Amino acid sequence: MYFNSSNVVLHGVVNMQLPNQWLWDMVDEFVYQFQSFCQYRAKMKSKTEQEIALLKQFDQAWNVYGVLNYLQALVEKSMIIQILEQEKEGLEQFTATDGYDYNGGSNVLKVLGYFSMVGLLRVHCLLGDYHTGLKCLLPIDITQQGVFTSVIGSHITTIYHYGFANLMMRRYVEAIREFNKILLYIYKTKQYHQKSPQYEQILKKNEQMYALLAICLSLCPQVKLVDEAVNSQLREKYGEKMLRMQRYDDEAFALYDELFSYACPKFITPSAPSYEEPLVNYNQDAYRLQLKLFLYEVKQQQLLSGVRTFLKVYSTMSLGKLATYMEVDELTLRTILMTYKHKTHSVDSDGKIISNADFDFYIDDDMIHVVESKPAKQYGDYFLRQIVKLEGVMNDMDRIKLD
Amino acid sequence: MGIETQKQQSSVAEAVEQLVAVNPYNPDILPDLENYVNEQVSSQTYSLDANLCLLRLYQFEPERLSTQIVARILVKALMAMPAPDFSLCLFLIPERVQMEEQFKTLIVLSHYLETARFRQFWDEAAKSRHIVEAVPGFEHAIQAYALHVLSLSYQKVPRSVLAEAINIEGLSLDKFLEHQATNSGWILEKGQGRGQLIFLPQNEFNHPELKKSTADSIPLDHITRIFPILS
Repeated sequence: MYFNSSNVVLHGVVNMQLPNQWLWDMVDEFVYQFQSFCQYRAKMKSKTEQEIALLKQFDQAWNVYGVLNYLQALVEKSMIIQILEQEKEGLEQFTATDGYDYNGGSNVLKVLGYFSMVGLLRVHCLLGDYHTGLKCLLPIDITQQGVFTSVIGSHITTIYHYGFANLMMRRYVEAIREFNKILLYIYKTKQYHQKSPQYEQILKKNEQMYALLAICLSLCPQVKLVDEAVNSQLREKYGEKMLRMQRYDDEAFALYDELFSYACPKFITPSAPSYEEPLVNYNQDAYRLQLKLFLYEVKQQQLLSGVRTFLKVYSTMSLGKLATYMEVDELTLRTILMTYKHKTHSVDSDGKIISNADFDFYIDDDMIHVVESKPAKQYGDYFLRQIVKLEGVMNDMDRIKLD
Repeated sequence: MGIETQKQQSSVAEAVEQLVAVNPYNPDILPDLENYVNEQVSSQTYSLDANLCLLRLYQFEPERLSTQIVARILVKALMAMPAPDFSLCLFLIPERVQMEEQFKTLIVLSHYLETARFRQFWDEAAKSRHIVEAVPGFEHAIQAYALHVLSLSYQKVPRSVLAEAINIEGLSLDKFLEHQATNSGWILEKGQGRGQLIFLPQNEFNHPELKKSTADSIPLDHITRIFPILS
């Protein structure tokens, strides 16, 4: 059915304005149906013969190529990437009008194309392809208000997947920053959504994002990036668990496992099942692989919280002394320190090295010199935003004609 | 003739990159992408986007998966460190495929690199020559990664630590150091032997005081947002 209605849109016969909320729901539901179908198909054990016959007969139903190409076609047909590009040069208005068209045209294709980029991010995350997912979202500047923030469901879906993908790519600071912003937003506006049919869903994603934030902050303790209100919620929910996650024993791993499993997307295996006997369930395969690789990463970082403890209290110390404290030999300590450096420095999408370290250091022969990094307050962005806002207000006032 | 083949190769690269950009969800481009992996190996180039695109097609149609190609992609991804490309690829490769011996080896190699255990890495790599030597430039790429991690960490590094990380010793190391001193601004402390110290070039990570100037500025593309207002 969705394919059909979307076909109408793709071939350009729609000539009306629809609310962003509806258009978002279309994309959201489309991806959700695909995800659910993959989950359903992968549970082969409990299938009746009739179900299997149907699956074989309609083997092209919810085909992954079809789904991806559909979203991609909407992005391309809508020319949304070009529109957003031109908007930067002031040649086009999209964000300022929330995507609506006040010149007699239709907003449907444009906004569907826009939301399809979020849909692509989500599908790629479900497949475990975080790099490509983020690439699909690149045309949208998520640090600013945009059409994606005009619908709460789209806002949450975008940031949840954006944050998750960054977490998996070890860009913890980026993930923390965006989770913090949206959690603060939900905290402040929750009451207005109480009557929304999506209220339950909002609360669920809210809780999941706190769990993801707890993971990020355990691996990269940059609490300074987190707002006080969000932080106190976080402490209430996960304070005690986060203390235990610092310990890196079996219990700590179990907690990482628990939080990840609770908060991760519902990963899918996109390929069709093998219909040969015995029929096996493979609906958990994708999830298990992502979990395993994530825990592998956690294990590689297990000695870093120990290093951090000492970096916090010393400004300089010799390698020998730290080695004694950490009960390792000096060569091992050198590898641990280099691991700390490697894991706290991520590579951004332009290939630039970004520091995620709260405590940094450098080694001069066999002396460690500690540097506490203070995040620079970025006032520039704040002022830029206010300038744009002021301009908007002035334009509005100009438009009002006083009789 | 050399130039001619190079030209041909780069036009193949362009054509495939174009395919990936325009038509990434198309099963028909799978053979082109496989050829492109081999091409990346022989011409010592690299395209993460194209390789992820291929792994994705394998993920959609596991019966078409070629383990030889996957192994090459993974070796190439190791060579891209410190970028997280190796994990990005593993996220897309089914677990049962990862159980194969050659992939297990590659995963161990990646683990050593991720945890900066270079001694173990070079020992293990020596045991698995057949996998890594199939890809030209491997050794050099890993050395570049090792130097990257060293220069994040050290202002002055003892010669022995450096030797272990890049797996070069004795006379060849002397030669290498001299080369770096003339070309990359390394300073070698006088005096030879194990105690020698090497001053690595300054960067904002081993000389944190260099960092400030970049943090205070506003990126140009943020300013461009208010250009229409200013004009």
